[in-house]
Amino acid sequence: MASSTISPPSASFIVKKKELGRSAFSSSSSPSPFSVPKCNKSAAKKIVSAMAPQQAERMPATTGSVKTAMTLTEKIFARASEKPQLSPGDNVWVNVDTLMTHDISGPGSIGIFKREFGPDAKVWDREKVVIIPDHYIFTADKLANRNVDILRDFCNDQNIKYFYDIKDLGNFKANPDYKGVCHVALAQEGHCRPGEVLLGTDSHTCTAGAFGQFATGIGNTDAGFVLGTGKLLLKVPPTLKFIMDGEMPDYLLAKDLILQIIGEISVAGATYKSMEFAGTTVESLTMEERMTLCNMVIEAGGKNGVVPADSTTFKYLEDKTTIPYEPVYSDAQARFLTEYRFDITKLEPLVAKPHSPDNRALARECKDVKIDRVYIGSCTGGKTEDFMAVAKVFLASGKKVKVPTFLVPATRKVWMDLYTLPVPGSGGKTCSQIFEEAGCDTPASPTCGACMGGPRDTYARMNKAVVCVSTTNRNFPGRMGHKEGQVYLASPYTAAASALTGFVTDPREFLQ
Amino acid sequence: MAVCRSTTAISLSRNPNFSTTNPKPSLSFLSPPCLKLPSILPSFKPLTSQSPPDQRLSIPRATAADSATPTTTSTTFFHGHCYVVGDNIDTDQIIPAEYLTLVPSKPDEYEKLGSYALIGLPATYKTRFIEANQTKTKYSIVIGGENFGCGSSREHAPVALGAAGVAAVVAESYARIFFRNSVATGEIYPLESEVRICEECKTGDLITIELMESKLINHTSGKEYKLKPIGDAGPVIEAGGIFAYARKTGMIPSQAP
Repeated sequence: MASSTISPPSASFIVKKKELGRSAFSSSSSPSPFSVPKCNKSAAKKIVSAMAPQQAERMPATTGSVKTAMTLTEKIFARASEKPQLSPGDNVWVNVDTLMTHDISGPGSIGIFKREFGPDAKVWDREKVVIIPDHYIFTADKLANRNVDILRDFCNDQNIKYFYDIKDLGNFKANPDYKGVCHVALAQEGHCRPGEVLLGTDSHTCTAGAFGQFATGIGNTDAGFVLGTGKLLLKVPPTLKFIMDGEMPDYLLAKDLILQIIGEISVAGATYKSMEFAGTTVESLTMEERMTLCNMVIEAGGKNGVVPADSTTFKYLEDKTTIPYEPVYSDAQARFLTEYRFDITKLEPLVAKPHSPDNRALARECKDVKIDRVYIGSCTGGKTEDFMAVAKVFLASGKKVKVPTFLVPATRKVWMDLYTLPVPGSGGKTCSQIFEEAGCDTPASPTCGACMGGPRDTYARMNKAVVCVSTTNRNFPGRMGHKEGQVYLASPYTAAASALTGFVTDPREFLQ
Repeated sequence: MAVCRSTTAISLSRNPNFSTTNPKPSLSFLSPPCLKLPSILPSFKPLTSQSPPDQRLSIPRATAADSATPTTTSTTFFHGHCYVVGDNIDTDQIIPAEYLTLVPSKPDEYEKLGSYALIGLPATYKTRFIEANQTKTKYSIVIGGENFGCGSSREHAPVALGAAGVAAVVAESYARIFFRNSVATGEIYPLESEVRICEECKTGDLITIELMESKLINHTSGKEYKLKPIGDAGPVIEAGGIFAYARKTGMIPSQAP
């Protein structure tokens, strides 16, 4: 089981850390009235610099009404609760900009909404509810199919504006509205906007923090409440700041960054807290990579993760939304519970070993781990750039995969990209061509797929006790199906390299 | 299931240790400002059309035994056998994803969810939480370590435990969403221990939890442990969740006539 403290999970890691000079990691406690024993304890051990570093971007408070310094997340809460000033720990009623639900939690949320508000009640705003069937779609499971029907009936009754329906399960392309994995679809369809509050009945709703907004997962009962009122009582979280500096080595991806952080602070290290990402490395990340970073803050227990919006964000949003948005930024004097600094140039490709996302190890340390399959997919690792990264490794090696390699694009858009976008340096080949030449399975229909197991007939579900390298987000016992199955979480680079050798493999074997 | 309850008058200030400056999870859900709710919720839509009360009460909660007279009773202690688990018990172990097709707000599917509670625990757990062909557990109290309920936001997790007959979970700490879902649904009391009792209690031990005194007694070992006060989340669970609590306290209109 995972270590509950911030100290590295294994003695071998400490040695490794010294060997590699990864003293790049440090943390310093900023003066703060909040007592979080675990963080302070570790900070005391690791203080390298007691001064908050100069930040690259400083923006004055956009509202003009802010009296004292606040973090980005605190400012979003302040605006959404119509209060000039807030502090961590305050409980406030927050106006919700967007509520997302899907086929797993939607029917239950709708059930609670009807039970509590009445069978004829209307949702608070038909344009602010986004309903995305994505989890259990391509299955013969009758209950799963029925749950999508419940969503459809509700959306018809309520005239919900954004419902990404699927009726023809035999051919997803025959469904003009169907998108696929909710967190990626939310971004691609323009539902993620800086400064806003997005709640969703899925713990990976935090993905949208990549857009500089507050986004977090809630349960059915809370969602039922939001459906009726458009509000929710939320507690303002204190913020942990993660500053990642340095040019990203070309063998690393955002997945490595977040696995590094989770390994450092543990699966409960950010419980109840906001995680803000900053630094030159973060600024250089694409939107999809920022989404990967924020996607897994829940794996550290985080309430939300945020990347401040910048020109990369605005450019991404240009053709996706016409709704005006107002980004907010942490004040220069904002109080962070703890600041962590990483020199990314020194980081090496990582994996999270079974059965916990904080069970961090270097990919090269696991080179003797024989694997049975590789899975590329999910909200974490099933985006266009994730598949591009896989294709890059296959292209560099020119070899075929040695284990079954399953590809599940997150959304229809990603699926289309695999068949249309040329892979750089390939002479015009698409991902799908490269995957076919490498001997992978044909890309499947977009869905959450086997990331969370699902019904028994789910494509690529681990129905036997096999070992899998996966670009997904969780490796708890039974997560991808079989309880005795073993899942190594890795970046798309590492997953692709592992597919080529049949062992957990550092991608530098092929990329350098 | 052996859950004993006694009745006392409701008191919102039952916890003298309650303090708004103490950032512990039990305060995350409701703290004093929310008691003034009606005045800060002017824009809520009126709750006009309600389903009949029996529909709501048909779903057993942590307070099921008292649900017939919820306004005059208060749970003060639980008594029963405990089931002991370790750290980081995630929601995939509490209720594996393959059972998430069951919709918790449908009474028959609620019962079914309960029958699968903790079925995702690995084979290292020799004693089954729910015996084969049974739908309810013999263990009304679950004792865990740190970060109980981590992972997904599935409300099916506290619901499955509640539906199986669990009244309270006692863990060192909780994942945020699980804690909140437990309170919002009123399905189980997510109590926190001050020490690591999951290493001192064994599955099957006879346990009494005294809620008012924030105390856990292990009758099998003869040891007593202090729990962290449940704070303002207590009355919400007691009422049967946020909606029931909000109605009971006048935050939102009670049943339409």
